[in-house]
Amino acid sequence: MSDHAETTTLAAEAAVAATPDKGESLLARHVAAFFESPLAVAGLVTLLAMVLLALLAPFIAPQNPYDLSQLDIMDGTLAPGAKSLAGYTFWLGTDEQGRDMLSGILYGLRISLGVGAVSTVIACALGASIGVVAAYAGGRVDTLVMRVVDLQLSFPAILVALVLLAVFGRGVDKVVIALVIVQWAYYARTVRGSALVERRREYIEAARCLALPKNRVVFRHLLPNCLPPLIVVATVQVAHSIALESTLSFLGVGVPVTEPSLGMLIAKGYDYLLSGKYWISTFPGVALVLAIVAINLVGDRLRDVLNPRLSR
Amino acid sequence: MTSQPILEVRDLVVEFATRDGVLTAINGVSFHVDRGEVLGLVGESGSGKSVTGLAILGLIDAPGRIASGSILLEGEDLTRMREAQLRRLRGKRLAMIFQDPMTTLNPVLRVDTQMIEAITAHEKVSHKAARAKARDALAKVGIPSPDERLASYPHQFSGGMRQRVAIAIALLHRPALLVADEPTTALDVTIQAQILSEVQTLAQEAGTALVWVTHDLSVVAGLADRVAVMYAGRIVEQGSVADVLENPAHPYTAGLIGSVPSRNRRGVPLSQIPGMTPSLAKLPPGCAFAPRCARADAGCRNDPPVVAFGTARMHRCFHPLVTAEAAA
Amino acid sequence: MLVYIIRRLGQSALVIAVMATLVFVAVYAVGNPVDILASPQADQQEIEAITRRLGLDRPLYEQYGLFVWNALHGDLGRSFVYNEPAVQLILKRLPATFELAMTALVIAVGVGIPLGLYAGLKPNSLGGHSVMAGSILGFSLPNFWQGLMLVLLFSVVLGWLPAGGRGQTVEILGLPVSFLTVDGLQHLLLPALNLALYKMALVIRLTRAGAREVMLQDYVRFARAKGLSQARVIGVHVLKNILIPVVTVLGLELGSMIAFAVVTETVFAYPGMGKLLIDSISRLDRPVIVAYLMMTVVIFVVINLVVDLIYAAIDPRVRLSEA
Repeated sequence: MSDHAETTTLAAEAAVAATPDKGESLLARHVAAFFESPLAVAGLVTLLAMVLLALLAPFIAPQNPYDLSQLDIMDGTLAPGAKSLAGYTFWLGTDEQGRDMLSGILYGLRISLGVGAVSTVIACALGASIGVVAAYAGGRVDTLVMRVVDLQLSFPAILVALVLLAVFGRGVDKVVIALVIVQWAYYARTVRGSALVERRREYIEAARCLALPKNRVVFRHLLPNCLPPLIVVATVQVAHSIALESTLSFLGVGVPVTEPSLGMLIAKGYDYLLSGKYWISTFPGVALVLAIVAINLVGDRLRDVLNPRLSR
Repeated sequence: MTSQPILEVRDLVVEFATRDGVLTAINGVSFHVDRGEVLGLVGESGSGKSVTGLAILGLIDAPGRIASGSILLEGEDLTRMREAQLRRLRGKRLAMIFQDPMTTLNPVLRVDTQMIEAITAHEKVSHKAARAKARDALAKVGIPSPDERLASYPHQFSGGMRQRVAIAIALLHRPALLVADEPTTALDVTIQAQILSEVQTLAQEAGTALVWVTHDLSVVAGLADRVAVMYAGRIVEQGSVADVLENPAHPYTAGLIGSVPSRNRRGVPLSQIPGMTPSLAKLPPGCAFAPRCARADAGCRNDPPVVAFGTARMHRCFHPLVTAEAAA
Repeated sequence: MLVYIIRRLGQSALVIAVMATLVFVAVYAVGNPVDILASPQADQQEIEAITRRLGLDRPLYEQYGLFVWNALHGDLGRSFVYNEPAVQLILKRLPATFELAMTALVIAVGVGIPLGLYAGLKPNSLGGHSVMAGSILGFSLPNFWQGLMLVLLFSVVLGWLPAGGRGQTVEILGLPVSFLTVDGLQHLLLPALNLALYKMALVIRLTRAGAREVMLQDYVRFARAKGLSQARVIGVHVLKNILIPVVTVLGLELGSMIAFAVVTETVFAYPGMGKLLIDSISRLDRPVIVAYLMMTVVIFVVINLVVDLIYAAIDPRVRLSEA
């Protein structure tokens, strides 16, 4: 193929791709609409603050909760505000091993948010690819994929993940794999739904008429236009995967004891809850709930903003 | 006539609170209906005719409300009544039927349930007596084998049959007034004619006055004694059907009449009213019809006053087609 | 209708077969089944006995046949912790879980429908907004955390209700039930409430959406125009129209309650099959895990089948379109 022909194709393709795109003004309008809701802004701010805290945990946490040499069993189950033997204050108390809860929560947040984000990104990429290919291919491929999706979605995610982890064993990587397996189907279904609609639009027709390679049509033209519903589902699913991970860790099949996530911290504190030592479970719980609610607020607003049926 | 009218509506104002401020759906509407009389309430969609019907029954829900004015039923003001008092009148002295017979009957309840509850809501009778009354009512509106039909669900009836059931329910207690909100619009033309004549006969038998809400002037011509024409929440012209249809005073009425196809004017193109019904949120000042009116001038930016003329006629127009002297 | 039933039965059998195959692949083909199905403490003799019983020395397709054959006879292995057939172990725990799920369902419907109706009839009131905010929390917060907070509030702070266990039971038809004794009820209330919260949020949303839609229908106006009391209009005309979708969704959600019982039973140390599963996972009692999995699949499929059939029987439109 000569250089000239290549440029022409690219130019035409760019023109085709630009058709459904209403330019930056649309994005600006969405952003402006998003910021109209004070609740959503509060959610976004909370979420960003938590992400920041989680990223900076090694620098701001008073203690490394994974380093057993820093822990002193003599500091075990101290109430919030108590002083350690070494002299500094445990603002949120300590667990039974003498681990500073504040540090534990900051590090736990890292794992919880990290697992949630990573599993969502992988599940989203995988599910979206499968969904868009199924929609574009149609026929038997589509039927087969959707049967598998239906079958999987007819069983609750918690049960499937539980059984998978019972087989795999504990570990952060294994939790991520389990979460990807239980969640790809949502994305596949969402993307397939919008791809079936988009497929009939003129710009896909135009892209086909240019005889662009199939995978280019699917991934460069079709998929980007299915993004808005995908973004909404993905946002809400991040909250779901965080909740799911914490549940699995609470049940003792998630992350290993040496690297506690928020769910694991809550589980460990549960035994002490009944004896009135509320802080071990409660503070990680508050952090978890705050993260989930913040993500849901952002997700709800995104749905309102990105849903063309709701915007007039 | 000196006798008291069955219904007298005075300066009725109905408002709806919306996000963009308060909309006045009905703006100072006054009319009356005499015993056994049929009043046609004519207008395009959005003119406020259906809201007027609902207001009479006290069925305006939030965010709407009756802001001022009075609705006198046999001398008693309905707008001042408590919900419980109003409820005792609904279905008993006041009844209403709606436009779409597919949706007026509850799809998950059997017809007998829906009829018997309407009877026992107002009468202390045994279930058996109520059932017998329901069966007679069905037979009266021309439903074959009413005994079997009582045990059916609404979806087992045709549209016309369902509207007959609704009419039977509305007339169960021989009400003084029946508000009919375009009950024949959704039906086939042949069924429409049957239902019209049946309602007329039944209402006459029961001594029930009718307020017939419609956009169809030909229905009014065949059915009503008097007609009130509504535009953008106001009555712009009122009078006997013969007077108004023969010699319309308001340009809007004339426009409506001109846009009805007729046998006598074959080959002549139908006239039409230019423009569209204005949105209630953006009503022009003064006469709301002025922007679409050929006779309008700068003076029409003021509110046209109510002008009474002829025999019990009125209009609201600065430039009527019939002057008061000519009609007299 | 008959065609529909037969086709639906066929689908259910297919799902069970697929799941059984997946379980077989996971246990036999991928890993070493002896590792999975023999106790970690088993000596050489025991391992040989298991190998022979499961036919592990024979080709894979024969193993599969044997697995299916055993499964069809209710033999899904033996628990090495309790030294009992795994199926029997689960069946013993089933009534407790079932009672928990049923109580939760009653709570979800009994509280959820009135709250949803209220929120639907007064959508802009303070109460309506509060109900909706509560249902969003019920949806998004992890179930175990809600359970923990219930324990903290009602057991630790207020001391009204016990934090765990099943309490005193009475036998009915040979099955132990706890809702007939005061002690049993006290033990049942918190876990059932915990399990109910998520479904309650769902019921509230469905009811509210339904009420808002139904209230705008002409038949509600007509019912009011007939002079019916508010109670009759809402209690009969509105409610009956809302109930159909609510009941359908709840039926389909019954299965997921059994799954979520795993979490609730762990929080409240409630001796049901979910707690058994978690204990078995932590003790590596794999035959019980396999048996739990197979039985849950069967329960799920049966529930979905029954709901579909009932729905088809109630709604003539489904019957006609599917036939």
